[in-house]
Amino acid sequence: MPPATGGGLAETELRPRRGRCGPQATRAADRDVAARAAARNPKRPARGSRRFETASRWALLALVTLLSFATRFHRLDEPPHICWDETHFGKMGSYYINRTFFFDVHPPLGKMLIGLAGYLSGYDGTFLFQKPGDKYEHHSYMGMRGFCAFLGSWLVPFAYLTVLDLSKSLSAALLTAALLTFDTGCLTLSQYILLDPILMFFIMAAMLSMVKYNSCVDRPFSAPWWFWLSLTGVSLAGALGVKFVGLFIILQVGLNTIADLWYLFGDLSLSLVTVGKHLTARVLCLIVLPLALYTATFAVHFMVLSKSGPGDGFFSSAFQARLSGNNLHNASIPEHLAYGSVITVKNLQMAIGYLHSHRHLYPEGIGARQQQVTTYLHKDYNNLWIIKKHNTNSDPLDPSFPVEFVRHGDIIRLEHKETSRNLHSHYHEAPLTRKHYQVTGYGINGTGDSNDFWRIEVVNRKFGNRIKVLRSRIRLIHLVTGCVLGSSGKVLPKWGWEQLEVTCTPYLKETLNSIWNVEDHINPKLPNISLNVLQPSFPEILLESHMVMIWGNNGLKPKDNEFTSKPWHWPINYQGLRFSGVNDTDFRVYLLGNPVVWWLNLLSIALYLLSGSIIAIAMQRGTRVPAEVAGLSQVLLRGGGQVLLGWMLHYFPFFLMGRVLYFHHYFPAMLFSSMLTGILWDTLLRLCAWGLASWPLARGIHVAGILSLLLGTAYSFYLFHPLAYGMVGPLAQDPQSPMAGLRWLDSWEF
Amino acid sequence: MWGFLKRPVVVTADINLHLVALTGMGLLSRLWQLTYPRAVVFDEVYYGQYISFYMKRIFFLDDSGPPFGHMVLALGGYLGGFDGNFLWNRIGAENALITQSRLMLLESVLIFFNLLAVLSYLKFFNCQKQSPFSLSWWFWLTLTGVACSCAVGIKYMGVFTYMLMLVVAAVHAWHLIGDQTLSNVRVFCHLLARAVALLVIPAVLYLLFFYVHLILLFRSGPHDQIMSSAFQASLEGGLARITQGQPLEVAFGSQVTLRSVFGKPVPCWLHSHQNTYPMIYENGRGSSHQQQVTCYPFKDVNNWWIVKDPRRHQLVVSSPLRPVRHGDMVQLVHGMTARSLNTHDVAAPMSPHSQEVSCYIDYNISMPAQNLWRLEIVNRRSDTEVWKTILSEVRFVHVNTSSVLKLSGAHLPDWGFRQLEIVGEKLSRGYHESTVWNVEEHRYGTSQEQREREWELNSPVQVDASRNLSFMARFSELQWRMLVLRSDDSEHKYSSSPLEWVTLDTNIAYWLHPRTSAQIHLLGNIVIWVSGSLALAIYMLLFLWYLLRRRRNVHDLPQDAWLRWVLVGALCAGGWAVNYLPFFLMEKTLFLYHYLPALTFQILLLPVVLQHISDHLCRSQLQRSVFSALVVAWYSSACHVSNTLRPLTYGDKSLSPEELKALRWKDSWDILIRKH
Repeated sequence: MPPATGGGLAETELRPRRGRCGPQATRAADRDVAARAAARNPKRPARGSRRFETASRWALLALVTLLSFATRFHRLDEPPHICWDETHFGKMGSYYINRTFFFDVHPPLGKMLIGLAGYLSGYDGTFLFQKPGDKYEHHSYMGMRGFCAFLGSWLVPFAYLTVLDLSKSLSAALLTAALLTFDTGCLTLSQYILLDPILMFFIMAAMLSMVKYNSCVDRPFSAPWWFWLSLTGVSLAGALGVKFVGLFIILQVGLNTIADLWYLFGDLSLSLVTVGKHLTARVLCLIVLPLALYTATFAVHFMVLSKSGPGDGFFSSAFQARLSGNNLHNASIPEHLAYGSVITVKNLQMAIGYLHSHRHLYPEGIGARQQQVTTYLHKDYNNLWIIKKHNTNSDPLDPSFPVEFVRHGDIIRLEHKETSRNLHSHYHEAPLTRKHYQVTGYGINGTGDSNDFWRIEVVNRKFGNRIKVLRSRIRLIHLVTGCVLGSSGKVLPKWGWEQLEVTCTPYLKETLNSIWNVEDHINPKLPNISLNVLQPSFPEILLESHMVMIWGNNGLKPKDNEFTSKPWHWPINYQGLRFSGVNDTDFRVYLLGNPVVWWLNLLSIALYLLSGSIIAIAMQRGTRVPAEVAGLSQVLLRGGGQVLLGWMLHYFPFFLMGRVLYFHHYFPAMLFSSMLTGILWDTLLRLCAWGLASWPLARGIHVAGILSLLLGTAYSFYLFHPLAYGMVGPLAQDPQSPMAGLRWLDSWEF
Repeated sequence: MWGFLKRPVVVTADINLHLVALTGMGLLSRLWQLTYPRAVVFDEVYYGQYISFYMKRIFFLDDSGPPFGHMVLALGGYLGGFDGNFLWNRIGAENALITQSRLMLLESVLIFFNLLAVLSYLKFFNCQKQSPFSLSWWFWLTLTGVACSCAVGIKYMGVFTYMLMLVVAAVHAWHLIGDQTLSNVRVFCHLLARAVALLVIPAVLYLLFFYVHLILLFRSGPHDQIMSSAFQASLEGGLARITQGQPLEVAFGSQVTLRSVFGKPVPCWLHSHQNTYPMIYENGRGSSHQQQVTCYPFKDVNNWWIVKDPRRHQLVVSSPLRPVRHGDMVQLVHGMTARSLNTHDVAAPMSPHSQEVSCYIDYNISMPAQNLWRLEIVNRRSDTEVWKTILSEVRFVHVNTSSVLKLSGAHLPDWGFRQLEIVGEKLSRGYHESTVWNVEEHRYGTSQEQREREWELNSPVQVDASRNLSFMARFSELQWRMLVLRSDDSEHKYSSSPLEWVTLDTNIAYWLHPRTSAQIHLLGNIVIWVSGSLALAIYMLLFLWYLLRRRRNVHDLPQDAWLRWVLVGALCAGGWAVNYLPFFLMEKTLFLYHYLPALTFQILLLPVVLQHISDHLCRSQLQRSVFSALVVAWYSSACHVSNTLRPLTYGDKSLSPEELKALRWKDSWDILIRKH
């Protein structure tokens, strides 16, 4: 134990306290504990007790793991119907088995693992996963649920080991394990086909291996050191590959690594070369390795999903050409645009669609009463346009004329194929975006006026270049007004068939809304080329899928008149989520944290801040304290600080997010919060026992405190377990209900 | 300019020629032809409008910031003899421009207080070393707090500078705690003094701003509708005129109008009219074909409902009065049609997941009436609380289906006259304001006959006592509305993104002379902007370099120089970061002028870096002279650029199109060129 000194520079003092890794670590820690025990009752022989402690240590770990598995796998098959988001993630697992392309806002790893689990357990991917409540019947779903429960069960031993390593105290670790085992929320969330157990598994694995490698610090470059370091990297890749929430644990490991390197850098006994080696090792294991793995999951994702499916429309034309079954797959079309070509024009902004017109006029009072021009997301004959020269109306497909390519900077006319009207704009207000000009279809059989002339430009190209199908990013500039053709993305009212508004914007800002590409291209006079040459490379696909995911995440905006979960609701366990069932005859499962556990966690955070600042100020003032207290305060400040940081990193960023939030987003933070509770109460009780050392029952305080906390948690689990394992019968208002009298907050819905 | 590093010392020692000359220059350049564009420029439209409101004492609500800034401007206007009767509605109208800043916008005032806060903190920090608890120590400490709260009071942006000051003060306080030469009591006194000056005083001042704001604005105005009924009732005129003297307790037989507390998309009242839901909707679904119930954003006689006791038949108040309490069963009878509010298991027209709400027609209909509602008072103090006019926020829970009366926010199509849809929400997920209602107008019904009742409904409300809201209640409501109010983020011609600011890729045209091409733009001096960013980059690199080397025990700088270097960086680079980076997270429409506070901090850093290079990095006399020459060259080029862009800053000269084109150094600058 280090002596307490003023100044509060914990690093130097703490160094010796960090144990060692592997079996030696346990032994070292044992010696620590044994020494402490020996100090207390000097009569006990140290050697025998050490062996006993090692054995009991393993036995405890086994017990904790067993209990966790038992609670998670108990009644796993109930209810035998789709619960809550299983409808999404089960469906996506099926897509992997069927190899159908789909779109989701999360990275693919979690769903791939679910699909793999299903595949290995004999699920054939035929269940439709249409809506919550649908019965599984003969379909095998236990493989997927079992896999999630398996990963979810590991959370408890991981948390146990992490706390053990941070606090070197069995009782703190036990308390943490009990809190997590007996939390109905964690239990419920681990029992269904969801991404959360997978995500939390990787987060906790990363945390554990980070803590382990921290404790290997005195034996750098040894095998265990490398093992834990690279395992941290692998877990980080896993966490990020399941959900972008994995970024928070990456941030935590990053901060830890920076602090670590900073310490090494300041250690003047190490040469710069050694520091360089340390740096390189971390870059390799914590940056290069995770990135490679993350990319690899995407490579597998794209390789597996090779068939056209419901996700096609979200992606660009070039991307769709990869998918078998899509009409762009293996298609062959002319490469360069020529006059007379029949084309479809797609907006580059996601989810806008194709330039479209139809035989309906803008209604009275909305701009000029001419034919509507809109964008439309689906493929349709009305999306076809013919490129013509602006000054002649002769048929360019006449075989007597030579082929003439359209070039960057040419003045063209776009004629709508079905109605023979020209794309037209003029100084009238657009229907919704009043600052832009209206775009219409004008003219009869291709004869209009000078407002039908557009200059076609390829973004970032030189004048005179030809224009490529799919690849060229095109802008259409109205010759007379100088405005740019674009889509505002706003939905037209009923008169516009709820298609999207097309405008001509006078502001020459470069946004994707005003950039287009040519998708279909028909010109009998030109040779066709295979589109496969145009296929995007892997980095391009990777980039595009990330853009689409980010766009999709941002699109999940809450509606004004809906009740939405707010981050401040979460730690107070304000309201849960209905997993299954509403009425008293249904089998009901309700995701809600065990209120005893959660409110204890909440209290512990406040208590931690209070006791932590008291200790920090006392140390800063240079108060002299005995070695034992100093050791305990170091555990509180350093170990507790690490976990508190984890809680903050996994919680506070949600306050800044604009997307729809749900209660289950809090669970990673809840894991950290429970670890903090374990460390805090153990340390406080030990401090208490030390403070009352003169009193004969002082040692009992610690034991009694921990025991009562353990038993209290277990009892509360006994009370609330129907939330997780399911309940039938009357709702909680009814005295006959299994939950009668337990609806402590009005906002709980059971 | 050279003296910045030493400024805290220099300024106290001798108020020298430097300072006087600089101030003179600054004032001259700011006040030069200040009255020149005798026209309303850009956002002055808005701020000017607000000032008129102050003059006329009309209540308004602006989401851009707290009221202090507006009040400062108004005060200026008041002193300048502006009488508030001018209508600020058109850019280009003639007017006497008032002297608060060159253009009457809030940014310059904000920058002033930001800098004042930093300066006074530095002064305070110097006093701390020499004579703690002296008079000047107190003065500068308090001034820091006051300046911070003024900055926050002008724009919420000021919060970031305030936070920065708090962090710096906290770090210094932490060092103070570590100082073991001080006694515990003394340390405690130090901390207490800081807490009072930097936390309590700003909070009190901030409240004071609102207090004055609310005292000044006691008349109702254009933004009343956003506020709750209770708030509106506290303003003179408007709702207060109607609600003044209404009976407080709602009783069986009361006639009421019910306002949705949520007020989005527009504030509206529960409404019904003769027309029924169409038999079949356009998408083929069927309806109950009963009388429509909607939410209507205008006052109307059809907004009146009668609270009826389901066990009795009468629609008038009995004597003695029987007040309605939390948990009571009620029927709501529509005053003009005498049909009662009903909901049933039929999909609502626009939100098919919820139940349709109708007024029950009792003939020719196969469905039974389900018109019992249980009253829940949301903000009750006890479970037997009486339903109160304006004050009580209530929910109506349907007895048969336990669905909740809710404003869905969707507009009905033409058959529903584009009024707002009302639904019964089956799965009500907790508390949401769209399910909450309050009684706005209220009187005791006395007429049993329908004809008589219609006459009574059309007559004005009887009057008896008035209600007042406490200041804290009004303050918290106003503050809350200001924070949550989102103006529709429309694209503006001159809006820009934060990334464009650093490189000065954007500008704002403030004003164009009606006939000539004289114009005013918000456009930075590009030399200063580039060198500001460069200084920041150099600072960061040098800082990192020194930091790493110190970690390896190589001390390039003496200890006190290093500490000063860190402090200056924390204030200037930190000031830049806190005033700039948050914009990346904001979703509102942003303009170049939002960058100005950050830029000021960057410019403060510039002389520090120059001084540092000359003092510590130039080793020989020769290097030093070369460096000085470079600085002089740089300075003169900045002056030259400033002079070249002068016509666009002051707008005093009409330029030919060629000259304007020559000034358009970047393609992205939007300089107005008249076509002749």
